[in-house]
Amino acid sequence: MAHDHDHHHDHDHEHSELSETQLRVRALETVLTEKGYVDPAALDLLIETYEKKIGPRNGARVVAKAWADAAYRARLFKDATPAIAELGYAGRQGEHIVALENTRKLHNMVVCTLCSCYPWPVLGLPPVWYKSAPYRSRAVADPRGVLADFGFTLPQDTEIRIWDSTAEIRYLVVPMRPAETEGWSEDKLAELVTRDSMIGAGLPKRPEDHK
Amino acid sequence: MNGGQDLGGAQGFGPVVPEPDEPAFHEDWEKRAFALTLAMGMPGGWNIDMGRFARENRDPGAYLSMSYYQLWFAGLETLLKERDLVSDDEIVVGHTLRPPKAVKRILTPGDVLKVLHRGGPTERDTNTKPAFKPGDSVRARNINPPTHTRLPRYVRGRLGIVERVIGFHVFPDSNARGAGENPQWLYTVRFDGRELWGDDADPTVKVSVDAWESYLERA
Repeated sequence: MAHDHDHHHDHDHEHSELSETQLRVRALETVLTEKGYVDPAALDLLIETYEKKIGPRNGARVVAKAWADAAYRARLFKDATPAIAELGYAGRQGEHIVALENTRKLHNMVVCTLCSCYPWPVLGLPPVWYKSAPYRSRAVADPRGVLADFGFTLPQDTEIRIWDSTAEIRYLVVPMRPAETEGWSEDKLAELVTRDSMIGAGLPKRPEDHK
Repeated sequence: MNGGQDLGGAQGFGPVVPEPDEPAFHEDWEKRAFALTLAMGMPGGWNIDMGRFARENRDPGAYLSMSYYQLWFAGLETLLKERDLVSDDEIVVGHTLRPPKAVKRILTPGDVLKVLHRGGPTERDTNTKPAFKPGDSVRARNINPPTHTRLPRYVRGRLGIVERVIGFHVFPDSNARGAGENPQWLYTVRFDGRELWGDDADPTVKVSVDAWESYLERA
């Protein structure tokens, strides 16, 4: 019984800590709404947009097009912002985008050591690990160690380039196209493109993993 | 500021732990804190650099123990209180206790997609010429402002190579203090891993930052 008591105590404690932030956010939203500073319908639309419309599927379409269409690839590496806007993706936290080409000789990986800058229009909101102290601290000093945390190893002679997003330039990594995908459509190629591969923290799926 | 946010090269945080199939938000309050922050930008009238400073300007211990959206929410409270748009007693009781201040505009549902699509470009026109060109050797200055800056500690005093002239961009150190945009030339500057971390560092690693002209001196 003592065990049960302790368990409930811990649980209640955790619960009340969570609700404190929750209650304060709710209270602030009520105050701001009462004052006429925010329209709750606009808040709902903002949330829905980033939950359902703006996410890594956008970036996957950009990468797949760059894999399949040589002219588009050239435009993307020359000036990514307008090339990405051709597909309808633009705006907040992606006003100035640069596309980075991963090759066998060079692996690009993106971080923001000072906050969590991330190319929202193509990747959506950043995952927790990207915003976390372990990634932000180690990506610039021990990138091979970070990649090992993601379960992948680069050849020892591959050069690694880390891009610390310290200004308003946002970086999109274009990973290498997986082998044995000749003749695939852009839609099918896009299904191989993972979010992490567009940050440089992972690789695209292999054709055999794709169902 | 040399605060808890300037994490490049810090040690002891343990491994990176990716979460499979991670949702955009983990809690309902995170969604509301996120949306409130975006929506209040318009009536609040602050800029992105003021927003970043409001989040980072706290005890480093507190900064490191808060989640991302807790930092966003704490930053939002700071920005609102600084402008007398809300006071703490109102947040405590959860109701307005004073009449609202006049604001220019609020974000309507009809504005949302337009505002997001437009974003906030930071490139500005100029008649000036950049002081550096690709290939130039530069040293990141040793600056330690107590206010907002985007020159991370781990490159200060280090030698690098200008790789690209990006353009003429709003200067955050000034913009964050409400002292104007004062745009400057912005460069991608590349550093050798061993220049940053010493002779034992991985020789295959290079790191770049995007640095405004006043962060750099010719070397």
